[in-house]
Amino acid sequence: MCETCGCGDPEVVPIEIGESLLLENNRRAEHNRQHLAEDRVLALNLMGSPGCGKTALLEATAAMAPASWRLAAMSGDLATDRDAERLRRAGIPAVGLTTGSACHLDARLVHRGLHELEAPFDLLFIENVGNLVCPAIYDLGQNANVVMLSVTEGEDKPLKYPLIFQHADLVVLSKIDLVPHLGTDLEFLLGNLERVMPDPKVIEVSARTGAGMDDWIDWLEERRGAVSGVATADPQRAPSESPRLHPPGS
Amino acid sequence: MHEFSVAQSLLDRVEREAQARGATAVLRIELRLGAASGIEVDLLRSAWELVSAGSCCRHANLDVITVPVRWRCPRCACEPASGAVLRCPECGVPARLVEGDELVLQRLEMDVPTPREVIPCVKPVDAATPR
Repeated sequence: MCETCGCGDPEVVPIEIGESLLLENNRRAEHNRQHLAEDRVLALNLMGSPGCGKTALLEATAAMAPASWRLAAMSGDLATDRDAERLRRAGIPAVGLTTGSACHLDARLVHRGLHELEAPFDLLFIENVGNLVCPAIYDLGQNANVVMLSVTEGEDKPLKYPLIFQHADLVVLSKIDLVPHLGTDLEFLLGNLERVMPDPKVIEVSARTGAGMDDWIDWLEERRGAVSGVATADPQRAPSESPRLHPPGS
Repeated sequence: MHEFSVAQSLLDRVEREAQARGATAVLRIELRLGAASGIEVDLLRSAWELVSAGSCCRHANLDVITVPVRWRCPRCACEPASGAVLRCPECGVPARLVEGDELVLQRLEMDVPTPREVIPCVKPVDAATPR
């Protein structure tokens, strides 16, 4: 610093910021939301533990969905493309989002996925990385969060991982056909959900037997109506192009 | 372990601010973290030490203000006890989260050299002194 008059000496400057630490991700998520809204796409962020049955639910959904629904999916996975391959075999155009060591999807990865999906779609499943912790806080631009919990995981999971359930618009209780074999106390499980979610909505399903799948399809139909502005699927609606707000990579 | 991603975002944001203001060092970073923010403070500190090494923030104090989780009935304003069902026992309506999900960079303190334009650096000249 200047030895003559002291100019250039540092001064401690306080600066008010007041911004979310996830601001950058939230901005990207809002951009994705704009993409999806322009094309009237219902986008669901499907979260749950590894092995809870996320991919199986989507395979069963592909088999049961009305022919007018145009499905698409992106699957987050640390190392492989296996889930996306399974979904493609089930007839859902799907891209894999390999996260490397990251334990969650973020809005940037989903944006990339949006530009990789080529065929037009109006119902997008974003199958998050199997994890009940980290995906909860990352907005991807989805319309709703679906948290999946298999009955094999134990009744106390909601209390152990409150945050992800707190962010859920719907809880899908999977592998419900196994309840008689496991002796799962469903009342206890639902009571635990009420301690972490103010107004839990729960659908019990078995992708294997098809139990509860009608309820799931009905819920999807209702949400689709809310997004597209019509109560039921409208085949007359002009099909929109897949999201192309701007060229890929920009 | 998403705390690494969050620490990296924090570093990017603070470095941008420091650069814009011509700071030589960041002294203090104040965060407001809700107990339901999904962030473990100890993990965030570990991640911060790693990501901030070698940056202008490496000596900064990371001060974390923890905000407890509070739910409230939107009708009668009563607050359910910790661990209780999140529905008002009187009104029967779902409670709403009042606070506790904050994940906020609140304020920074940094060393910013006094601009030379404001205090011009000139040697005091004694007019009586012969050159």
